[in-house]
Amino acid sequence: MPKVLVVDDEPNIVLSLEFLMQQAGFEVTTAEDGESALARVAEAGPDLILLDISLPDLSGFEVLERLRQTPRGATLPIIMLTAHGREVEREKGLALGADDYITKPFSTQALVEKVKALLDEAR
Amino acid sequence: MRSEAVILAAAFGYLALLFLIAAWGDRRASQGRSVIGSPTVYALSIAVYCTAWTFYGSVGRATTQGASFLLIYLGPTLAMLSAPFILRKMVRIAAAQRLTSIADFISARYGKSGALGALVALIALIGITPYIALQLKAITLSHAVLVSYPAAVDWRLAEEPFWADKSFWVALVLAVFIILFGTRHLDASERHEGMVAAIAFESLVKLVAFLAVGLFTLFVLFRGPADLFAQAGASPALRGAFDLAAVEGGALGWSGLLLLAFLAFLTLPRQFQVLVVENVDERHLRRASWLFPLYLLAINLLVIPIALAGMLLLEGSDPDSFVLTLPLSAGLEGLPLLVFIGGLSAATGMVIVETIALSTMLSNQLVMPWLLRASRLHAAHRGELRGWLLGIRRVAILLILLLGYLYHALLGDAYSLVTIGLVSFAAAAQFAPALLLGLYWRGANRTGAIVGLLLGFAVWVYTLLLPGFAQSGWLPLSFVEAGPWGLDWLRPYALFGLEGWDRYSHALFWSLGLNLAALVGLSLFTPQSRLEQTQAALFTEALHRDAMPAGVWQGETSRGELRRLLSRYLGAKVATRVLESGDDTQPAPPVLIARTERALAGALGSASARVLINSVVRGEALDLEAVLSILDTTSQTLEVNRRLEQKSQELARIGQELRAANERLRELDRLKDEFVAMVSHELRTPLTSIRAFAEILRDGQDLPEAKREQFLEVVVHESQRLSRLIEEILDLARLESGRLTLTPRRLDLAMLARHGLAAVERLQAERGVSLEVAIEADPAWVVGDPDRLEQVIINLLDNAGKFADDEHPRVRLSLCRHKDHYRLAVEDNGPGIAEDERERVFEKFHQIQRQQHGERRPRPKGSGLGLPISRGIVAHLGGRLWVESAPTLGGASLVMELPEAPNES
Repeated sequence: MPKVLVVDDEPNIVLSLEFLMQQAGFEVTTAEDGESALARVAEAGPDLILLDISLPDLSGFEVLERLRQTPRGATLPIIMLTAHGREVEREKGLALGADDYITKPFSTQALVEKVKALLDEAR
Repeated sequence: MRSEAVILAAAFGYLALLFLIAAWGDRRASQGRSVIGSPTVYALSIAVYCTAWTFYGSVGRATTQGASFLLIYLGPTLAMLSAPFILRKMVRIAAAQRLTSIADFISARYGKSGALGALVALIALIGITPYIALQLKAITLSHAVLVSYPAAVDWRLAEEPFWADKSFWVALVLAVFIILFGTRHLDASERHEGMVAAIAFESLVKLVAFLAVGLFTLFVLFRGPADLFAQAGASPALRGAFDLAAVEGGALGWSGLLLLAFLAFLTLPRQFQVLVVENVDERHLRRASWLFPLYLLAINLLVIPIALAGMLLLEGSDPDSFVLTLPLSAGLEGLPLLVFIGGLSAATGMVIVETIALSTMLSNQLVMPWLLRASRLHAAHRGELRGWLLGIRRVAILLILLLGYLYHALLGDAYSLVTIGLVSFAAAAQFAPALLLGLYWRGANRTGAIVGLLLGFAVWVYTLLLPGFAQSGWLPLSFVEAGPWGLDWLRPYALFGLEGWDRYSHALFWSLGLNLAALVGLSLFTPQSRLEQTQAALFTEALHRDAMPAGVWQGETSRGELRRLLSRYLGAKVATRVLESGDDTQPAPPVLIARTERALAGALGSASARVLINSVVRGEALDLEAVLSILDTTSQTLEVNRRLEQKSQELARIGQELRAANERLRELDRLKDEFVAMVSHELRTPLTSIRAFAEILRDGQDLPEAKREQFLEVVVHESQRLSRLIEEILDLARLESGRLTLTPRRLDLAMLARHGLAAVERLQAERGVSLEVAIEADPAWVVGDPDRLEQVIINLLDNAGKFADDEHPRVRLSLCRHKDHYRLAVEDNGPGIAEDERERVFEKFHQIQRQQHGERRPRPKGSGLGLPISRGIVAHLGGRLWVESAPTLGGASLVMELPEAPNES
């Protein structure tokens, strides 16, 4: 069962994502800031990450950048899921190696399909 | 026929006729149809040389000195014959440099020296005054003879009061007449065409009158020349009267007189005026060089017959009056009147030209330079200097004639007509060395010229003027006969033991000798200035060039400045004519500067013109006058510059302000973008949860009831958060635009604090926060909007709860009085806020980041708008809100301070 890591500091958004991913048949771990997200990747070895940008400590961009430099995180599918909707931010995320950039609020159906597609691709 | 009334009517009628001729000449000139464009008119105008002295005096001199009177006309004949070498050069130079008088000419030759010009003018004034006196005497005398004949004229002028003296009135009438037609124009180099026409006419009148008397004598009184000479030859008294030996001083006297007449013809101010200044065409000299000698011959031809006839028929009467008394003795009525008019012609012609020439010199060489130096006057009367100039000339004319009258009244009867004339000749001759040598010797310099003139003039005063005073009784006669203080070698007529010479040759020898010696000697041993060298070269080389530049200006100026200068002194019309039209802001070419200088020189003389040009042309060396006159020009320029600078500074300042404003607008724009981005981010967050759960609930019909309940609760909660957020954003917008509506009233802050505490008590208890209260000021009356203030207090308590210690969170509210304010502080026991963060917490959407990790309890997030809004509200109520370290709990303390409300009375 593929593992999905949800990184967000909004409890209610984490709650919704957790439910959606579990419903889609994935195992879910969560982190509410950048440092713990990096730790989770190392210990739990997720197959996909849903990553917010506004985090209490590091920014989502930093987390993405650091992950891409690790052997495990280099090819890991990562979807940026963020309330920052400006085009420059989207481009920055994609440039740093995000597999997709989805702005909040998002369509639950589309998100689940995207996650599934990326996981299939990775396999 | 010879009644007073008839004579006066004839005299005034004649003057009126002259005036008409002058006016006609001037009108023709202004129409461009000059009447003096003929060499014959030019030659006739030169005949102003023949004055009353010639008209009456030649006969007188012939009776006492024999043929020597001819020398006085031989000199000018020689001068006219040498015209191609001397006069042509002078005419050419004067035309090129617009020189207005002999003083101007000499001044120009020696570096446009103001001092030299003034000296020449002064000498001319003193030297020529006797000559003018002579004319007045002649007019008065001829009138007296005419009226009182056959009775002898009682000639005691000095004893009459001046108002009874006809000479005085003659002088006055002439002054008015000359002022009327001599100073209608300003530009002297525009030439007095009317005057020249009138003078030429006068020359004809006096010639006709004189010839009429001569022919009457020869053919009416006698039966032709043969008869006259036969009778004269038969008289033993007359035998030998016309031998050369009759001339005073013998052969030496002959040469002396010849030289004197030659020089004076060129240097007398009136001769210079008609010969040089009024010359309209250099080629006129050619005909004049034989026509004028011919005129002289004609007017002298009958002198000896008249003299002989007078001696034969009128023995014992005054020979100076023979011309008049001969026809009178024959009982004629008309001819004597014609002779009187002829004499009047000769006298007025001389006085008119001489006075105009002298007044020009006085105003241009003496008064104007002084005026220009007196800078205050200069500044006060700008624009009206044209009027001043004319005024100065008119006063000068009056002054000159009154001086002439004074001389006439005080010492007039000491000398015969011819003698007075020769004294003036000798004075004018002093100009000759500087003038003639300056034309041919480039080395002659200013120092030499000035010293030479001074020496020559001093000797002239001593040897000719003072003896005249002595003979009139103003000085003891012993001065002449024994020398001053009995010093025999200082006798005026035998200076340094030079005896046996006639007094003119004697005076001429010493004055001209010393004059020349000083000029040559000093010129050899003193340096020339740069301008002097230039002028000397221009003068000596005048005939070797086709066109002679007036001087090269190396500085620069604008056409506008030249125009201002010209309009100021000569009027706008002349300025336009000289400069034509063109861009006034453009720099003026040297040609234009030279042309302006010539135009100014025409009216003011070359020295003054130079000073004025210097005042606007930058780059030439300046002298004192220039500096003074530049001062006012410069201050105008400086003023304009200053204003320009001010304007450009102003422009720069405005530009800077615009840039700054633009920068502020950009900054505001950037902040607005930032704000919009933040607002949208903050709105998206609750919206995300709401949408996600709404979709989950929609898609998941088979959700367990508990989950459904939980998710619905989240949707409700996030919706509330969203509305709160929107409310806050609107509050903020209203605060910032100043449209927040507050309803302030007097309220008790202690009461309000308790309300706030009650509102948060439950929530804080849930979070495990312990609330402490220390209200010291009770009641605490302030003015505020109760709802808004309670909102602030709740916000502060809420924030404190969030940031209090994790383990044992404590929050403390205190209220105390501080001077005339109340302070409400909310402390927590959290980590506190670093010094540099303390102001940033009031920035919009600023979220304080927790430093440590692994918190135990979930931390409700704020919008980041609470504190900015709170501060805005407090500020609206006249208070302050800030962060400091908590004194009691050790964490952060947010302090709100509001002024105490005024008493309720």
